[in-house]
Amino acid sequence: MKLLKLIPDDTNFPFTKYRWHALVVTLAAFFGSLFAIFAAPGLNFGVDFRGGITIEAHDTAPIDLSTVRQAVGALNLGAFKVQEFGAPTQIVVALEATPVEGQAADAGQQEIATRVREAIIAALGDDVKFERQEVVGPTVSGELTQRGFLAVGLATTMMLAYIWFRFQLQWGAGAVLGVIHDTVITVGLIALFQFTFDLNVVAAILTVIGYSVNDTVVVYDRIRENLRKYKKMPLAELIDLSLNETLTRTVVTGGTSILALAALVAFGGEVLRGFCFAIMFGIIVGTYSSLFVAAPFLLLTGVKRDWAKVKGAAPAQA
Amino acid sequence: MLQYRLWQKILIVGSVILAAILAIPNFFTKEEVALWPGFAPKGRIALGLDLQGGSYLLLGVETEKVIDDRLTAMRQEIQRAMRPTGGRERIALEAAPTLNPAADSITLRVRDAAQVEDAAKRVRDLTRARAVIGAGVRPYDIAVTGPRIDVVMHPEAKRAFGQEALADSIEVVRRRIDPAGNKEVLIQPQGADRIVVQAPGDNDPEALKQIINRTGQLSFHRVDVSVSPEDQAAGLLPPNRIVMPIAATEGGGALVLWEEPEVTGDMVESASAGLNSDGGGFQINFSFDSRGARRFADYTREHIGELFAIVLDNEVISYPRIQSAITGGGGRITGNFSPEEANRIATLIRSGALPAPLTTLDQRTVGPDLGADSIRAGGIASIIAFGLVVLFMIVTYGRFGLYANIALIANLILLFGVLSILGSTLTLPGIAGIVLTIGMAVDANVLIYERIREEITGGKTPIQATELGFSKAFSAIADSNITTLLAAWIMLMLGAGPVRGFALTLAVGVVTSVFSAIVITRLIAGQYLLSKRPKTITL
Repeated sequence: MKLLKLIPDDTNFPFTKYRWHALVVTLAAFFGSLFAIFAAPGLNFGVDFRGGITIEAHDTAPIDLSTVRQAVGALNLGAFKVQEFGAPTQIVVALEATPVEGQAADAGQQEIATRVREAIIAALGDDVKFERQEVVGPTVSGELTQRGFLAVGLATTMMLAYIWFRFQLQWGAGAVLGVIHDTVITVGLIALFQFTFDLNVVAAILTVIGYSVNDTVVVYDRIRENLRKYKKMPLAELIDLSLNETLTRTVVTGGTSILALAALVAFGGEVLRGFCFAIMFGIIVGTYSSLFVAAPFLLLTGVKRDWAKVKGAAPAQA
Repeated sequence: MLQYRLWQKILIVGSVILAAILAIPNFFTKEEVALWPGFAPKGRIALGLDLQGGSYLLLGVETEKVIDDRLTAMRQEIQRAMRPTGGRERIALEAAPTLNPAADSITLRVRDAAQVEDAAKRVRDLTRARAVIGAGVRPYDIAVTGPRIDVVMHPEAKRAFGQEALADSIEVVRRRIDPAGNKEVLIQPQGADRIVVQAPGDNDPEALKQIINRTGQLSFHRVDVSVSPEDQAAGLLPPNRIVMPIAATEGGGALVLWEEPEVTGDMVESASAGLNSDGGGFQINFSFDSRGARRFADYTREHIGELFAIVLDNEVISYPRIQSAITGGGGRITGNFSPEEANRIATLIRSGALPAPLTTLDQRTVGPDLGADSIRAGGIASIIAFGLVVLFMIVTYGRFGLYANIALIANLILLFGVLSILGSTLTLPGIAGIVLTIGMAVDANVLIYERIREEITGGKTPIQATELGFSKAFSAIADSNITTLLAAWIMLMLGAGPVRGFALTLAVGVVTSVFSAIVITRLIAGQYLLSKRPKTITL
């Protein structure tokens, strides 16, 4: 049986030679993402972080969005969005948190939600069913934002510490650079495609961080092994060798993960689409960063060459 | 290395079979599982609210209000303690004691310096009589500086009062939502002043909130009909009277009531909704405890022919005329109640009043249809993902890909087994976690196989190459999976419900996938290599 070879055995792609080209691409993507996040089109925050109301309504017949827009707009509640969600008979209405006079901020949101539901029923009739409702007051959304940042920061720090412990500080720095790169670009893509940025997406980012470091560690592990094996080989050549040796694994694992996620994106339903996209983008970006950011970074800083001694495992043979 | 001892083989195969057995209860309903004998596994993977439909409510208890109530009551008692009673002389204060909510303190100034000592003693006696809250902590600290006496609530006491209010609120919420204790509703404290309510199924979240958010403060008042509507509108009331709005169902408007209630809700023992015995609509029947029954009987005997107001949460819900003395220890509240409203009021009265109002901070509701759609979509996606990965592995690694697939199936069995004994909750992101596990689980196998390929290229025999492949790939497998575990751990710590479900499946999936890739694949591959001794292998 002839087996599929995604990467030919004799592949020898000079990754480090293209490191400056890669740097340009990386920086362009990085700053492009920052622009997408902070300038235009900006992140489409979900209720988790912005506070406010999301209501998903299903009707038996296709829903005319403008009718609903008019009905909700008539309530004068400030900024809101009405979108089709997965099918023409399904919509999502999202409102930003707006203060209600004479009521505490959190209780006010509850009242607004009731008014919006009533307006939708008035516009669409009694057949409409509310399949999902999220009402997040300002107290909780503030806390969730804080926790989201904390989680991403903590994850990054722990990865740095772990790799520092297992390798050396500059390796950890390289991996973390990769993590920052992946996080920013993934979030940038979320902004670009205007997926809702909510708690699930933060979970997706944490997964991407885990995956990206996972990928980087496999490459690093091979570089370290080759450092022991080829004591005289120039570092650039050695990094290229290691990247090529692990390239099949990089592509196959990335491939299976993306296959699985593509199935989720296609068949997993509307609610999780942003989440699955985020992980899928992240895996692609993470794979790129392992090859073109984390590994070449070691060229910049240099690495300890004599691993055998410190490890104390086998005495130096050379 | 490739050789396993018999007991090792039995252990490995046994663990997979055990996991399969542990996962069996998931295929039966909870009721069926309950009938199984004691030794049978009963742990099931629960479905999260996003999959089975239901409501999640995060409620905030306004503990500050409870503290303020306590301080206000204390201030009144202090004021009362300065009056002349039982041979004690009157202590004159410069002004009524002042309450400072920010400092949780009450301050009083005694006019006559000679009486300061006596005043401090009376306050001390009062606070000593007030609630012993364990740990030997006095609820109030008393400081005397010149003519000034400061009564400060102790921070420990403040915390204890807050905890008490939280615990009481949870009890009241439980009695309201789940009076019979037979619903699958989860009511838990979170932090110092929050309550999480998770109600699965098609419970109407609006009805839920309506019954939770009402304080449930019931009282019976004497009605003052002597105030003219003009005076009432102008706010010209006799002392100790209040204006109370009348419920819209009773015609709206307002009544002037005596502020001090004749009987209060805590003297009501039970309440239930029933058909109005005079025909038309629904009513609430209630009965008093002995103290309430006596007071109610006395009051109704003395005030026959007068109006009498029943007030619930600052609204008159009924104001009947007293026809005769009511000595039966109970009564009924009639009004234009719908059956739902009558039931709700009965539940409110029965469950008692909340110590402080609750605010809904976060509400998430998913309809059962959407939940079912999500399960279906998640299931389809999982099967397709599984099929794609299995196919991909066979095309890429042939026979060894097949072995990896067997390990993958074992991995899924182990994953479900572990999630079942943990009794964990499967959420929509959790399903995504499983799908992602399917994709990433083969990583360890890929790492190993690529190693074997290299060793074969380097001239090793199949058996040697395989042994080396497994041992050399190990450090990369361990390091890379630990980083994923770290990320999952952070999500478990900081994430909200659905995200935690994802983190849990991801974490368990990582552990089971490493086990199946390293141990199970090696067992199968070794079995093949050692028995057939092939000259070459294709990878």
